[in-house]
Amino acid sequence: MTTSLSPVQEFLAERLGEAVLETHGFRGDATVVVARERVVDALREVRDEPWRFEVLVDLTAWDRYPAEPRFEVVYHLLSLKRRERLRIKTRVPGHDPTAPSAVSVFAGANWFEREVWDLFGIRFQGHPNLTRILMPDDWEGHPLRRDFPLTEEPVEFHGHVPKVPSQIVPRVGPAREDP
Amino acid sequence: MTLARETLTLNMGPQHPSTHGVLRLVLELEGEVVVNCQPVIGYLHTGIEKEMENRTYHQNIALVDRIEYLSSYHEELAYCMAVEKLLGVEVPKRAQYIRVLLCELNRIASHLVWLGTTGIDLNVSSLLMYCFRDRERILELSEMVSGQRMMPGYFRIGGVAADLPEEFTPAVRRFLEEFPRRLDEYEAMLTDNLIWRRRHEGVAVLSREDALAYGVTGPTLRGSGIPYDVRKAFPYSSYEEFEFDVPTGEHGDAYDRYRVRMEEMRQSRRIVLQALDRLPDGPVLTADRKVALPPRAELVRSMEAVIHQFKLVSEGVHPPKGEVYAAVESPRGEKGYYIVSDGSNRPVRVRVRAPSFSNLQALPAMVRGGMLADVVVAIASIDIVLGDVDR
Repeated sequence: MTTSLSPVQEFLAERLGEAVLETHGFRGDATVVVARERVVDALREVRDEPWRFEVLVDLTAWDRYPAEPRFEVVYHLLSLKRRERLRIKTRVPGHDPTAPSAVSVFAGANWFEREVWDLFGIRFQGHPNLTRILMPDDWEGHPLRRDFPLTEEPVEFHGHVPKVPSQIVPRVGPAREDP
Repeated sequence: MTLARETLTLNMGPQHPSTHGVLRLVLELEGEVVVNCQPVIGYLHTGIEKEMENRTYHQNIALVDRIEYLSSYHEELAYCMAVEKLLGVEVPKRAQYIRVLLCELNRIASHLVWLGTTGIDLNVSSLLMYCFRDRERILELSEMVSGQRMMPGYFRIGGVAADLPEEFTPAVRRFLEEFPRRLDEYEAMLTDNLIWRRRHEGVAVLSREDALAYGVTGPTLRGSGIPYDVRKAFPYSSYEEFEFDVPTGEHGDAYDRYRVRMEEMRQSRRIVLQALDRLPDGPVLTADRKVALPPRAELVRSMEAVIHQFKLVSEGVHPPKGEVYAAVESPRGEKGYYIVSDGSNRPVRVRVRAPSFSNLQALPAMVRGGMLADVVVAIASIDIVLGDVDR
C-alpha cells in the first residue's frame, strides 16, 4: 500500500528530522505525522516558497479511544501552484489534550480549532478566542469523543416520552376492539 | 466640544429573513458603518458526524443528503467517492457520466435558489418566482430518476441505484433547450440594471489574500480571481473528459460573484449536453459483489448471490483500515469527506469539510467598513447553506 514518498514528504522529513514520526501514502493521499511541538513549524515550512501549500482546506481531529496517544489532529493542505494535497497529522495524548494553535499561520484555522475544541475537547494553545462554536455554551462534555454516548435528548414537547433509540415505544391507551 | 464616539451593538438574527437560515450576526456599528461583525453559528447543529459513526457505510448515504440540502447529489458523490477510494473500487463509466449529469443539473438548481433568494434580499421578489419555476423542472427530473425531488439517495457505493428511465433524456433536452433563453431574460433584467449594479459593485470585497487565508472555495474564491475548481485541479468522475470553462472575477466584489455564478450555470448546461451526447452504454453499478448488491435476476439462480446479498444487507461493506480524503466541487465550493476506517463495517470518523463553514468565516473581512445594508448583500453573495455550516 505504501508508495514512494512525494518530494514534499522528503523535504519535511529532512527539514524536521526526528520530529517527523511517520510518512506514508495510502490510496495516493500523502501523509506526514509530525510531533506535537513542531507541527506549526511544519505548516509554516510548507506554506511558503517553493511549496506554497497556502490553503488550509480542513482542520479536524479524531478519537482513537481507547488507544494512546488518544487523539489525532489532522490538517489538510492544498497547493494551488503544484495542484497537490498534503495531510499533516499530529498526535495528542488523552491525559493532556492540548495542541499548538495554527491561527498565526492560517487565519482560517480559527473556527476549525474552535470546532475541534467544542467537539473533542482539545485545547489549542495560543488561540485568540477558544470558545464553543457548534454546541450551546453551557453544554457539558465533548460529543465527538468515542466515549460520549449517542443518546436521545429529552425535549419539552407535550406527551413526549424519552426513549433509548433501540427501544420500542409501548402503545398508550386501550387496544382497539374489532367490531 | 467633541461628541463621544460610541458604537452600537446590533443583533441580526438568528431569525432574520436575509440570513438564509438560522444565522446570528453580532454587529458593531458606528452610525450605519459596520465596525465589526461576529457570526454566531451552531443553531442547526444536528450531530450528523456523530450519527454516521454509528451506522454502516451504506446507511450513511441517507444522512449526507441532509447536510448541504440544496446540492444533495454533490454531497452523495463526495461521500461515495471517499468510500470507493477507501475500498479501491472502480465505478463503471456509465455511472460516472450519470453522476456528472445529475450533479451539474443540481448545480443549476442550487444556483437558481441563490439567484432567487438574492433577488428577495434586494427587493426583486418576482425573480424568486421565475427562478423557482425553472428549478421546479430540475426537481422533476430528479424525481424521475430517483423518486425524490430533494434528498434523492440515488448514488450508491460503486455506482448509482438504477439506470436512467427512458423519458429522462428527452425531458432534460427539453429543459436545456429553453434554459438559455431564461438565463438571458434574467441577465437582461439584472446585469446592467442600475440598482442591481449599485447594490453589488464594490460591495463586500474579498481580497485574494484573505480568500486564501480563510480557505474560501467555490464561486466566492473564483470571484476574487483565483481559478481554483476541484473539477479542473483534481478531476474526478471523468470530469477530465468534459469541456468547460472556469469563469473568474477580478475585483472580488459581490458583482463578480454574481457574474461567476451566472456563467457557471451556462457551463453546467454545456457539461450536461456533453454527458447526454456521449453517455456510454454498460452497467451502472460495479460488478464487485463485496461492494454492491447482485442484480435481482441472479438471486433466483445463484446461491453465492444470495450469500452476497445477505452479507451486504445485514453487515454492509468492510473497507480496509486506513484514512482517505475525497473532494468534489459543490455549488458552494470544495466539499470534502475525510473518512477513517478501522476495518469494521462502520466508519470510526467521518469528517465533512463544509465549504459554507470556511466561506462564512471570511464574512467579517467582507463587511468590515461597509454599510449595514450591504451585510445582506454579502451574506447572499457567499450563498451559504446553514445546514452545511452547522452539520
